[in-house]
Amino acid sequence: MLKKIRVIVSIILFALITLYFLDFKGFLPHKFHILAHLQFIPALLAMNVIILVALILITLLFGRVYCSSICPMGIYQDIIAWISKKIIKRKKYTFSKAKSILRWALLGLVVIAYIFGFTFLLGLLDPYGSWGRIVTHLLRPAYLAGNNIMANIFTIFDNYTFYKVSIYGISIFSTIIALVWLLGVGVFAWKNGRTYCNTVCPVGTFLGFISKLSLFKIQFNDEKCNSCGLCAMKCKASCIDSNNKKIDYSRCVVCFNCLESCKRKAMKYAFIGPVKNKIVKTEPAYTYTNDTDSVNPIKSVSKPIDESKRRFLSATIATSIAVGNLVAQEVTGTLLPKKELKRQIPIAPPGAGSFKNLQDKCISCHLCVSKCPSHVIKPALFEYGMNGIMQPKLYFDHGFCNYNCTICGDVCPTEAIKPLSVEEKNHTQMGQVHFIKENCIVYYDETSCGACSEHCPTQAVHMVPYKGALTIPETDVSICVGCGGCEYVCPAIPFKAIYVEGLQTQNTIEIKKEEQQEIVIEGFGF
Amino acid sequence: MDRRNFLKAVALAGAAATSITDSEAMSMLSQSFLTENAANKYDLVAVLGGEPDAMFRKAIAEIGGIGNFIKKGDKVCVKPNIGWDQPVTMGANTNPKLVAEIVKQCFAAGAKEVTVFDHTCDDWRKSYTSSGIEAAAKAAGAKVLPANQESYYKEVSIPNGKNLKNAKIHEAIVDSDKWINVPCLKNHGGAQLTISMKNYMGIVWDRGFFHANDLQQCIADACTYSKRPVLNVVDAYRIMKTSGPRGKSESDVVLAKGLFVSQDIVAVDTAAANFFNQVRDMPLEKVKHIANAQALGLGTMNLDNLKISRIKM
Repeated sequence: MLKKIRVIVSIILFALITLYFLDFKGFLPHKFHILAHLQFIPALLAMNVIILVALILITLLFGRVYCSSICPMGIYQDIIAWISKKIIKRKKYTFSKAKSILRWALLGLVVIAYIFGFTFLLGLLDPYGSWGRIVTHLLRPAYLAGNNIMANIFTIFDNYTFYKVSIYGISIFSTIIALVWLLGVGVFAWKNGRTYCNTVCPVGTFLGFISKLSLFKIQFNDEKCNSCGLCAMKCKASCIDSNNKKIDYSRCVVCFNCLESCKRKAMKYAFIGPVKNKIVKTEPAYTYTNDTDSVNPIKSVSKPIDESKRRFLSATIATSIAVGNLVAQEVTGTLLPKKELKRQIPIAPPGAGSFKNLQDKCISCHLCVSKCPSHVIKPALFEYGMNGIMQPKLYFDHGFCNYNCTICGDVCPTEAIKPLSVEEKNHTQMGQVHFIKENCIVYYDETSCGACSEHCPTQAVHMVPYKGALTIPETDVSICVGCGGCEYVCPAIPFKAIYVEGLQTQNTIEIKKEEQQEIVIEGFGF
Repeated sequence: MDRRNFLKAVALAGAAATSITDSEAMSMLSQSFLTENAANKYDLVAVLGGEPDAMFRKAIAEIGGIGNFIKKGDKVCVKPNIGWDQPVTMGANTNPKLVAEIVKQCFAAGAKEVTVFDHTCDDWRKSYTSSGIEAAAKAAGAKVLPANQESYYKEVSIPNGKNLKNAKIHEAIVDSDKWINVPCLKNHGGAQLTISMKNYMGIVWDRGFFHANDLQQCIADACTYSKRPVLNVVDAYRIMKTSGPRGKSESDVVLAKGLFVSQDIVAVDTAAANFFNQVRDMPLEKVKHIANAQALGLGTMNLDNLKISRIKM
């Protein structure tokens, strides 16, 4: 029963948050961004006291429910583990000792790095952020491709329920990181269940510590238990030592699989009173199965595996960073124009406030990247410096920031991008326009254009009389919001005549209110 | 080649052949419209002082009824301006009431299908929604089509263009039997005004080419595309007099309550430009694409030679 509830809740939450990342048509209500706000690290960074207290209270009461049912990365591992069990029928988990030193060392490293301003590590290891990147960079392109196939089929029958969308590769580095996590965590989950949660994940380590104190716990009923070991075989956290009838509560994610497995009803999930020091009566273990590899569960927990795990972990991280560097070098080497080095400072999404705020808060979950309807947000590489790798920046290859759109700030769970009202957004300057007359079509072709001014929502770029009937752009930086409409649309080749330069700290602009004139038209004029 | 591929190839070849003959037939048809026009009572109808839908009803009745232009079984495309994520009150897009009324009249005339689309400048989902056009057109029974991907456009040749020799035009226009051009009258930073001819930029995929190769000439060139609109209906209910074509605030907008209908795209744009000139100084010489279109033989700027009906409501 408990397990059923857990499975249903987990699947619903997992499906919803994943779908919310994928959904580009507003099929799910906008408000569903709350699913991202519920996540632990985002709540912590956003200082969302209500959610934070709630999550800690739940853990203090019931154990690591967060890890079991709310964290999408945790549920992903459960799904992989479930599949592996369907395929490998004889698959069993075995008790292993806690990797306390590794866990605490990693948590310590993350905390110290964060305090010293290197927040990248937190973003890299945060399970929600990792899942966000997996969905954004790996699942989303597939989802969009599926949509396009549907659009093609439906369009044949003159049905326009689906419409085609563009699919862009937006960041090689983030895609590689996402892939490494998907496969790395997936392999661990396939083999050993919740390894990531109980060795690497900083949230897992922290909540594990709290859950030792939780009031409701899985407990052995010593009278009924004959130490058969079935529970330990089902324990994806490998935290049940059935021989000694002990559970490592710091690793238990209260999945209730053990409760279901016990044939003697010798386990219960119940309120734990004042801790009693029980003397454990050891009984000879009796197994229901006669598989050779499970006869001696303790022996099959082989130490060398830990070593290889550790090596694998550090190796994957090291190679992924190395590959990222290589890719970065290649990109800077070939893509940047030789003469005209354009943008010197990246443009942070509207509401980021400052680069500092973005770096302090952003865990690179890329929900903003997925949700931006204009496709103008992508992960940075080194534009913000080492610390801002994978954090969102604006680019105008496929569109420009919609003047009245506030989606990125609305959905951001960490307040790295603060939510803005439309009014506030309209007055937020995230970059400043730069006009290069020599590149302008009106200047060198002496023909009309005005595409930049056409797209400018505040007329920071406006057309002023030039030669004859021609008009040429003029800029007023003080009312520029930095949306990139002008840069996106400028048709000058090979170098655009207008572009937006980013700002370390975003400004508030003042737009003069113009009085509406009363004009009465009585005639036709011809 | 297996059977399926063979059949596909045959079908495609057939479709190509029919579309070629279609476009030739269409150019002849549009020619005949122009001559048939002489039989009409008026070359141009201007209406002032009513609601957008009521003004259109008046205008279309005056010019001979929608049945003069739309026949039973026609696939009709209505092409408004839906360029911007702006509310109706900004006058940045065609008035949704007008679009809905045209769609209804087309169905009343026996149209088999009416499609509505625009290649928007702002995000197309937001523009379709904010403009109110998607909802209004759908309610009137039209199919509202996406135009956000290059694959919705078909390559066509524009032999009479000076700078623009070919373009990718939305399949809704290419595949239609008739199309109705429904722009709104606005100021435009580059082209000075955007009216019927400038509205053609919403049927093509690569607008950047226009801007890079003499905008005012390319606009006129695009209008030489063999499939001409059977009607140009200019919405001047709200005129964006400044900061066009997007607009900053409602101080850019004037409630002018005008509507102009004609088959002659040069004449209707000339009339609309003169109307605009009352709100803000806008000599015709500045709106160069109108004269460029006249030079290409697309119509006349000499309104005095036309039979014009002026109606005040």
